[in-house]
Order: sequence, then C-alpha cells, then structure tokens
Amino acid sequence: MVASVGATLIGLSWLALILGALFWEGFSGLSLRVFTENTPPPGSDGGLLNAIIGSLIATVLAVAIGTPIGILAGTYMAEYGRHDKLTSVVRFINDILLSAPSIVIGLFIYEVMVRPMGHFSGIAGAVALAVIVIPVVVRTTEDMLLLVPNTMREAAASIGLPRSLMIQKIAYRAARSGIITGILLAIARVSGETAPLLFTALNNQFYSTNLNAPMASLPAVIFQFALSPYKDWQKLAWTGALIITLSVLALSIVARALTGARKSS
Amino acid sequence: MNFIKTIVAAGLLAAATLPARAADISGAGATFPYPIYAKWADAYKKETGNGLNYQSIGSGGGIKQITARTVTFGASDMPLKPEELEKAGLIQFPTVMGGIVPVVNLDGIQSGELTIDGPTLAKIYLGEIKAWDDPAIKKLNPSTKLPSQAIVVAHRSDGSGTTFIFTNYLAKVSADWKSKVGSNTAVEWPTGIGAKGNEGVANNVVQTKGAIGYVESAYAKQNKLTTTKMINKDGKTVAPAPGAFQAAAAGADWAHAPGFYMILTDEKGAEAWPIAGATFILLPKQPQDAAAATEALKFFAWAYAKGDQMAQDLDYIPMPDSVVKVVQKVWSSEVKDSSGKPLFAASN
Amino acid sequence: MSAHAVMTRERRDEEAPVVEVAWEGQVVGARQDVEERAKALDRLRLSDNIFKLMTRSAAIFVLALLGGVMLALFLGSLPALNEFGLDFFLSQSWNPVTEKFGALAPIYGTLVTSLIAMMIAVPFGLLIAMFLTELCPMWLRRPIGIAIELLAGIPSIIYGIWGLFVLAPFLQQHVQPGVIATFANVPGLSALFAGPPYGIGIFTAGLILAIMVLPFVTSISRDVFEAVPPVLKEAAYGLGCSTWEVMRYVVLPYTRVGVIGGVMLGLGRALGETMAVTFVIGNAHKISSSLLAPGTTISATIANEFTEAVGDLYTSSLIALGLILFFITFVVLAIARYLLLRIERRIG
Repeated sequence: MVASVGATLIGLSWLALILGALFWEGFSGLSLRVFTENTPPPGSDGGLLNAIIGSLIATVLAVAIGTPIGILAGTYMAEYGRHDKLTSVVRFINDILLSAPSIVIGLFIYEVMVRPMGHFSGIAGAVALAVIVIPVVVRTTEDMLLLVPNTMREAAASIGLPRSLMIQKIAYRAARSGIITGILLAIARVSGETAPLLFTALNNQFYSTNLNAPMASLPAVIFQFALSPYKDWQKLAWTGALIITLSVLALSIVARALTGARKSS
Repeated sequence: MNFIKTIVAAGLLAAATLPARAADISGAGATFPYPIYAKWADAYKKETGNGLNYQSIGSGGGIKQITARTVTFGASDMPLKPEELEKAGLIQFPTVMGGIVPVVNLDGIQSGELTIDGPTLAKIYLGEIKAWDDPAIKKLNPSTKLPSQAIVVAHRSDGSGTTFIFTNYLAKVSADWKSKVGSNTAVEWPTGIGAKGNEGVANNVVQTKGAIGYVESAYAKQNKLTTTKMINKDGKTVAPAPGAFQAAAAGADWAHAPGFYMILTDEKGAEAWPIAGATFILLPKQPQDAAAATEALKFFAWAYAKGDQMAQDLDYIPMPDSVVKVVQKVWSSEVKDSSGKPLFAASN
Repeated sequence: MSAHAVMTRERRDEEAPVVEVAWEGQVVGARQDVEERAKALDRLRLSDNIFKLMTRSAAIFVLALLGGVMLALFLGSLPALNEFGLDFFLSQSWNPVTEKFGALAPIYGTLVTSLIAMMIAVPFGLLIAMFLTELCPMWLRRPIGIAIELLAGIPSIIYGIWGLFVLAPFLQQHVQPGVIATFANVPGLSALFAGPPYGIGIFTAGLILAIMVLPFVTSISRDVFEAVPPVLKEAAYGLGCSTWEVMRYVVLPYTRVGVIGGVMLGLGRALGETMAVTFVIGNAHKISSSLLAPGTTISATIANEFTEAVGDLYTSSLIALGLILFFITFVVLAIARYLLLRIERRIG
C-alpha cells in the first residue's frame, strides 16, 4: 500500500512540474487584454479573443453533436444488445476509432466536408472534433452502465416500469458521474486538438463567428505562435495553453460539484 | 463595472468589424512568411477595413489547397516549375526573401568566429566529417582553437521550405550530396537528430555541446544563436546580415526566369550570402471568385508599396523595386476573369 | 366521507363541472381508466421502441463512421500500396527525394513507445486509483482526483514543448549517462540502453506518453473501483483481509472489465498521440536496438510531413501510414480481447 501512496505522489509531482512550467511561462501574460483583443501580428500588443471564442464555439458544437450519439450508442451496447453481434463489433470498432490519430480524422472531414463545400469552415472543424468526442463517450457510457447492478433493473421491471424509462430514470442516474467523467475526458481531449482543425476550420487572424468561414481556435494559434521566432508570440502561446488547462480544471470542479459528493464506502 | 463595460465594448466592436462576405480573402501555405503576412494583414485592415486571413499550414498544404481552389491564394517556399504552374493553371510571384544560417554550439566560440564553406558543410551533413578538429575545418579556421569534440548534426524533421533551400544549396556545392541525398522539403538524412520546426532545431543546438544546425535568419537573430560565416561562390567570406541576403537576390535575373522560378542559393556576387531564398504566392490564372482574387492582388500591391519597413522589422528582406515591376506586369497580363478582362491594372 | 367533504360536495354541485368530473371520476371513470391506461401503455410502448431504435441507430452510426474513415484512408493510400506492394511494410527506407517509402521504422516506433507508456502508466494508474478509493482521507479525494484529471486537460502540444525544453535536457544530463554506464557491461541490456545520450528518443517519447495516458487509466479505474458494492468489500475486511488483499481478490476481479476499458482508452491514446511525441522522439526513420536512440512513430511522421508533402506518391504513402496505424490498433485490440477471454476462462 506504500506503493500506491508513492505512485500518487509521483503522479502529482509530474503534474506540478508541467503546471509549474505553464504558470511560469504563461501567467504573466494573463491580463484583461487577452480576453478582449484579437491575435496580434508580431511586435504589437494583442490577445486571444478570436481564438477563445472560436474554440468555445467549436467545442460546444462538437460536444452537442457527439455526446448524444455517444451516449445512445453506449446505451444500446449495455442495455439492449449486451450479447449480440452488433455490440461486440461496435465495441471493437469504437476502440479503433479511439486511437485514430486526430490528423486522420481531420483528413476524413476534409474529404467529406471541406472539399464538397469548396472552402474551410468552422462547422467542419466542429464536426471533426465531434468524431473525436463520440468514441470516448461511447466507451465510458457502456462501461458505466455495465456496472449498474442488475438488481436495480429487476426492481424497476417488477413495478412495471418500461425499459426505456428504466434506462433514463434509473440506469443513467446510477451511472451519472461516470458518464460525466467520460464527457469531461472527451472535452479535455478535444480542447487541445490542433491537427484535425488545421484542415477543417483552418484558423482566422480576425474575429469571426461565421460557421461557414474559417474560424480561429486556441490550439491552432498556440501551435503557430509557439513555433515562431518571436518572444511575444511565444508568450501568448503559453498563456493560451494556460487558459485551456484552467478551463479543463474549472470543468472538472464544476462537474464534480454537480454530481455531488461521491459515494464513500 | 469597468470590466463589464470593456467586455460590452469589445463585443460591440467585434460585431461591428465582422468581415463582409465580399472581401473574404483567405490564403494558406508556407510557415516561413506567416509572421510578415499576419503583420501586413493587420496593418492593411486598419487602413482599408478589408481583412485577409493567411494561415500557415505548410508549403505542400498551400500548393494542395490552391490546386483544389479551397483558398484565394496559396503560398510556398518551394517555387513550382513553369510546367507545374501550367498544369495547375496558376501564376506565382515572390513576396519577401530570407537567409538560412548555420548555427553551432561550441565552447569559447562566438558568432562569426567560425567560417565554413559549402563542401565542408555537405560533408558534415553526410556524416563524413565527424569531429570539430577535422583538418577540413581547421584549414578554414587556422587561427581558431577548435575542440576535438564529436559533431552532433541537427536537422528539421518536419517537411519545410527551409530544408528545401538548405539541401538545394548542398546539392549545388557537393556532387556527393546531390547523388546520395538530393534536395526536397524533406530528405532522407544520412545522420543526425531531427527536430520539429526552427524552434526544435534551435533548441537541439542550444542544448547539445558540439551541435550544428540550420535555421532561418530571423530565428538566429531573435534567439541570439551562435552563427557562422560562410565562403560564397566568389570565394569571399561573408557574415549573415540583411545586406548579404539582399546581395544574393540582386544578382538574380528575375525578368528572364519563367514563372519566377528562382532559387537564390550559391548566387554570384562578392557580398552574396550563399543560402538565401524567396517565398512565393500562387494564384489561379482564372479565379472562380474574381472579386476575392482582385482584393488579394490589391493587398499584395499595397504590401509591395508600403510593407518594406514592416518586413525589415521582422528580419525579412523585401523584394527590390525592379522585381516588383516585373511581377505587376505579369499580374495584368496573366490573371483574368471568366470574360478575359484583366483583374489588375498596373499603375505605371 | 367527512362532513366537510359533504359540504364542499354540495357546494360543488352548483359549481364548476370540471371539478365535478375530477371528483366523480372515482366512480364514473373506471371505464375511462381502462382506455386511458391502454393509451398510456401504447404511448410508452411507442416511446420505448423509438428509444431502442435511436440507441441502435447510434450504434450503427459509429460503425458507419469508422467505415467512412477507413474507406477514405484506403482510397487515399491505394497509389502507394500499388507502387510498393509488400515492400512498403518491410522497408526502412523513407526517401522523399527518390520517392521510395517504407513503413517499418514508424511501425516499430509506434509499438515500442506505446508499450513503454503502458508499462509505466498501468501500474501507476491502478495504484493511484487504489489510493484514491481506499486510503485517501475524504477531504483529499476530490482535489487529488481533479489534479490527476488535469493531466488530461493539458494540450498535447504543451506536453511536447515541455518535453523538449524541460524533460529531455534533464534526462540527457542527469539520467541517461547513469543508465548507459550502469548497463554498459550487462549483455543484452547494453544494446537496449546504448548511448550516446541525446535526451530525446524512443524512451523519452514513451515516458511523455505514460504521463499523458495516466489520467485515462486512473479516472476510469477509480470510477469502476467506486462502483464495487461496499458489501463485498466489507465482507472481505470482516474476514480479516488487508487492504491489499481486498483489492487483489475482490475489487480487481469485480472491476476487471472496466479496468481493461480504461487501459484500452489509454492505449488508444498512446498509439495515436501525435504532437507530444513529435517533439521528443527525434524523428529518425531508423530502427536501432537502443531505446535511447531517436526513432519515429506513425502519427509523428504524418504530422511532420503531411503539410509539406508535395507529390501524390508522398502524400499517398503518408495516408497509407495512417491506414497501417488503424490496422495496428486493430491487431493490438484483438490480442487484448483474446487475453481478456483467457483470463475470464481461467477464473471461470
């Protein structure tokens, strides 16, 4: 058991090291300007407003598209088709989708959306991210529903509750915190994705919320600025990374608070 | 309260500056000119209200996107050959130039204290010269105290225009390099460690004693890396400075280069830095969106006229006026809308 | 019926008929009840079926999605596969200049880095999950849990930059020389840990990956550990088992499937991770026996070269690499699944 305390300490120290670097490099760049001004050319002052807004739009859309599909598919696998062929095939396929390099997803969306439309667009970026969200949500939803004890289902059936209501009212409730963890992991995963956005949403130097035109995103800006020769751009990149990390932190805390105090044994 | 006001003001401002559909110019491609295009676009928008959105997705990406016509213009550090341009129905023209400099990490050696020539550089990158006190390097630097350290070769791992220009130079000065490795945006390196971006190469050189790498001059300057002097085609020793990069372009005969196919490596001239290159814009001869293409040409005409100082501030070399004249002639004669009317009228 | 009720009833007789019905319903509504119930049941049956259909469609959609991705990849990689055939899988050559491409080095790198990552992350993740569910004081649970999940929220590129600037130099200066010296005289291991210490390489990439997948393994394991019915654990404690034994004989067997799910999530992430690996693996298209030498992975190669790849065969070879990654994932998962089945059988 000493081992498990040690492992936790090491895990936490990794985090401290990376977060330390993030704060060290990015914290001094955090100012109101970051949230009110657009990305600047090198040598001038500016912020990340267009990138933050673009990322928010893309992530919210991706989760809105991907989560229902993921939860429904996971539900089928755990509740309706526990032992049928479709489920075992989908489970396998889903695990493969999980490890699809995101750049490949970007290429796929480029072929099916960007090319036919004839231009890059924010909506294509959101769809690409949704494709990354789906497998994560499917996997966690199914795993969590499988852990709901069958006695609950039987009790629900014995009072004549129809199956769909049982799933919605009882199984989902029992598996709620796990499913939310899954959605969080999915958000965390897409929040830093650069590769699938590069060929779909492209990026935009200016403020734009037009879903039918190229749209900015934080990861793409971080990527371009971090690899540039200019110190002020590099600083903005670190600040952007810090913002993403803090957003994920805030999400985690909110979600944990929403699911209430976790059951203690 | 002030905070809320700022947010509201920013929101209103942002809503007010939403770009109109009409002048929606988008460009994509090379990473090397990204900073200067961003700066020009910002200044141009302040002056005219028209936004131009350029994104660095790589030269190959730029060529692919303009071929697929998903953007108004593409950008590439590697010029397309005239026949390739013909096939894709594009014109190409240079916008700015830059130099590529070898950087080293050797104890006790400062910038400019080490001189190197092309054939030696090629041998180092071929893995044939393995130590810093090799006779070939000693011969070039008789008065410098060279350590007997192993050479760690650092190169780019990602495809890049920088690599294209660097290997193009090595292939010109070394027959061995030409036959064994060749020149491209990515090559099969005989030795060394690969890093992503100028950033990665610079970092590998800074972290590793005895390392040598190559980066864009802006990088070397901004990060205060140790650069070397080089011996050019005329046999003169030159330091990597803007004047030396400009000299490399000055000797080039742009007017007689079909499609502006011009690679500025190993150029003649006493002052010329041997590893320089221009970056190019690719534009369809008959754009589908004539309005956007016209706007793009207007933008570049503005950049040629007013963007020189901005380019120099960011360590780029602007094009000489003589070249700009030739470029604008090509615009007015080659780029036409569907009815055959030129999109750009040369102003002189 | 109380007096009050009688009074109200009398009053109601002269009043609103609506209430009347509601009141009289007890007597009159028996017939209606049957109809109502039938209707309600029908509605439920309908919504039941619709819900089931929706879930099934979603599951089929996931299949179709992968089908689409696979098809796009397959069509994209045909030119390369036609050109090189089987050699593509067996050759180490990766030469953009002569357009000779082989995938062996990236395949090897992908497998080895993921293996290193899982060997580190799985024991760590399980131990941390164990700590969080069994040992950790209540007030500490949430902060530590959130902290570990934060590791998943840090953008991939930041891991890359951190790995390049912080981790790699540290390993190069303080860890690798010792490791190389330690194993220098041990047959077998000496080749595995042969120098020189670059700092970046296969092992560093595996380590970064381990940090990146740790939150996946930990979060999922913790969630499934917490789902174990307390009765089971209490019974075991009651029999005098230690925490370790409860974990080993009660919790792990009960949650095996969920833990494997977490491991799969992590493995999937490791196999496909791009940016972080690209920065720290050294990007050499070579297979060397040493874990400290630079290598490359499939996703790093795609990310490095795709945006600059000019030429159909080059692009197609990169897409073919993507297809191979899918195939590798397929095989790795199939093996994992088979092992799972065997464990199930052994336990009975």
